[in-house]
Amino acid sequence: MLRHVLRRLVQMIPLLLGITILSFLIIQLSPGDFLAEIRLNPVVSQETVDQMRANFGLDRPLHIQYLRWLGNILRGDFGYSFAFQVPVLWLIKSRLLNTLLLSVTSLIIAWLIAIPIGIHAATHQYSPSDNLLSFTAYVGISTPTFFSGLLLLYGAFRTGWLPIGGMTSLDYDLFPWYGKVLDVAQHLVIPASVLAFLTVAGLMRQMRGNLLEVLRQDYVKTARAKGLSGRIVIYKHAVRNAINPLITIFGLELGGLLGGAAILENVVSWPGLGQLILDSVVRKDLYVVMASLVFGGVTLVVGNLIADLLLAVSDPRIRYD
Amino acid sequence: MAIPLTRRLPQTTEAIRAVAPRTPAQLAWRQLRRHRLALIGGAILIILYSMSLFADFIAPYSLDTSDRAKFYHPPTIPRLVDGSGRLHWRPFVYDTQLVDPGLRTFKVDRSKIYPVRFFVRGEPYRLFWTIPTRIHLFGVDEPGRIFVMGTDGFGRDLFTRVLYGSRVSLIIGILVVAVTLPIGMIYGGIAGFYGGRIDNIMMRLAEVIIAFPAFYLLLTLSAVLPTNVGCTTRFYLITLILSFIGWAGFSRLIRGFVLSLKEREYILAARVMGLDDFRIIVRHILPNTSSLAIIVASLTIPGAILGESGLSFLGLGVREPCSSWGNLLTAGANLVNLSRSPWLLFPGLFIVIAVVAYNFLGDGLRDAFDPRLRTN
Repeated sequence: MLRHVLRRLVQMIPLLLGITILSFLIIQLSPGDFLAEIRLNPVVSQETVDQMRANFGLDRPLHIQYLRWLGNILRGDFGYSFAFQVPVLWLIKSRLLNTLLLSVTSLIIAWLIAIPIGIHAATHQYSPSDNLLSFTAYVGISTPTFFSGLLLLYGAFRTGWLPIGGMTSLDYDLFPWYGKVLDVAQHLVIPASVLAFLTVAGLMRQMRGNLLEVLRQDYVKTARAKGLSGRIVIYKHAVRNAINPLITIFGLELGGLLGGAAILENVVSWPGLGQLILDSVVRKDLYVVMASLVFGGVTLVVGNLIADLLLAVSDPRIRYD
Repeated sequence: MAIPLTRRLPQTTEAIRAVAPRTPAQLAWRQLRRHRLALIGGAILIILYSMSLFADFIAPYSLDTSDRAKFYHPPTIPRLVDGSGRLHWRPFVYDTQLVDPGLRTFKVDRSKIYPVRFFVRGEPYRLFWTIPTRIHLFGVDEPGRIFVMGTDGFGRDLFTRVLYGSRVSLIIGILVVAVTLPIGMIYGGIAGFYGGRIDNIMMRLAEVIIAFPAFYLLLTLSAVLPTNVGCTTRFYLITLILSFIGWAGFSRLIRGFVLSLKEREYILAARVMGLDDFRIIVRHILPNTSSLAIIVASLTIPGAILGESGLSFLGLGVREPCSSWGNLLTAGANLVNLSRSPWLLFPGLFIVIAVVAYNFLGDGLRDAFDPRLRTN
């Protein structure tokens, strides 16, 4: 197991290098110098700009710039944000945490909802409830997060039950710790349910399909034939086998979730990575964009690795050595 | 007594057709016809695409017509009963006057009715970009206005803009497939066919693109696009970046399929007959991936539609004054508009309907082309 993990980690290295190279190249394609904005500032003298160019190594050839940046990354230095005037890592750390809070919460909710309704749909195939669930799932995977987000915001505005947008209330700092938790939880409801809706739809379809497939297998027939009750056959034999493929699509889901969150964060002003990347893309905040891309990629790659390991734990047929 | 061979064969054309071997396409079509949701999806798509083709005819106004006195006007509801309780056989609308620009309230002027007329003369346009005409599907007499879905902040009819916007939103998916399909098939075909080191390097390259959360990449790439270009150029550039992100996943699928195909006997036979690699890939392997390609294409289109609308929604895709479903929805994204003029969310409904329809169709196609699920 440990060897497998190590091997997977080594295999990740070229992929991670590729991620950094692509992130770097895209930014280089961007028209105009990102110091242009600073240059327009009348307070900043030409000498300062030249100084900055030299400091950031912008006067060097491309590959040198890349290697320099990569070297800094490896030492944990992701550069400096021009717009926010803080180190990039500092900026990204909190944003990434917020995005993960949102994504992981909705992922947990999604799994908790999707598995039972997937089982229900499969065991009641073609019943009215199955048809309704399947139809809802179609709508779920087809609704862009910004649209469902706006609909929920409208609902929240009409009813006044939930805070509209943001992650914390204005008087957040005055709350005791449990008040703070409650406050964030309240703000989390809308974005998390939007993302959960998206994920539930996909997962439930998958779960239904898997379970139907498993229920056709011989060992399920055997279990029924030897007189086990329907419940035991389904929950003890079939469901366990139907869940495994769901773990393998975890990586895919995470990718969709991060992407869905990226737009949604801008709709409900959730201070996450997606909002940061849009901000910095618009402001041409070079190092922040590159770092966000790298972090997004790394999160996805690590997510896939975790899914792999989880699968090894949950499925005894898979043995790594 | 021997029966002549010809006598044993069916004589009627119908019977001949019944016996004739079916092509895979015919089999798939037979299966698809039984898939009710796929047919519904297909029907919705036909309606949507016809709407976008006839957009200038169906739309009561032109793309840029704006009535500055009627900004954020709520949807006009056609009525049948007038103020005095009299029933009209033809639906009609009332004219309205802006009362409070801040609260965006309009007063209905019940003194005069404007019947809804069909095939009315309106603003000139060119049907199918060629035939000049002034006939619109429906409309009301001036100065009455009919806003089926209300208006935006410039007093432009939202329904009209949704119709024109469908041209962007619905076409982009097809264009993206047209670009990614050949690239994905050839790239995946080569990687899968040669295997080994070539496959390894090619797939590592594709994986780099897959490794990013797609929307992050999309956002960054769209920011790289020049901003000072016309709508059409921008539209093609967006298509290009959507394709740039899409081809990798597609070629990975094709490659996996080709890996299993190349071990088949007929490929061996082709090789023995001395065909070169290129011809084997193009003539014998790629045609066999066509069912997979159709399935993936039908699921790529909704993805591209969502990608474009997401980008345009954030202001990085198709921009004003052009319209696309995503960028129309931007107007609804601010809280004041959302609370006072919720009809600005209508374009979102169209995105959902189009994408649902494609997903219906895509699932139907998958069932139809997947022999394991075929019942007959």
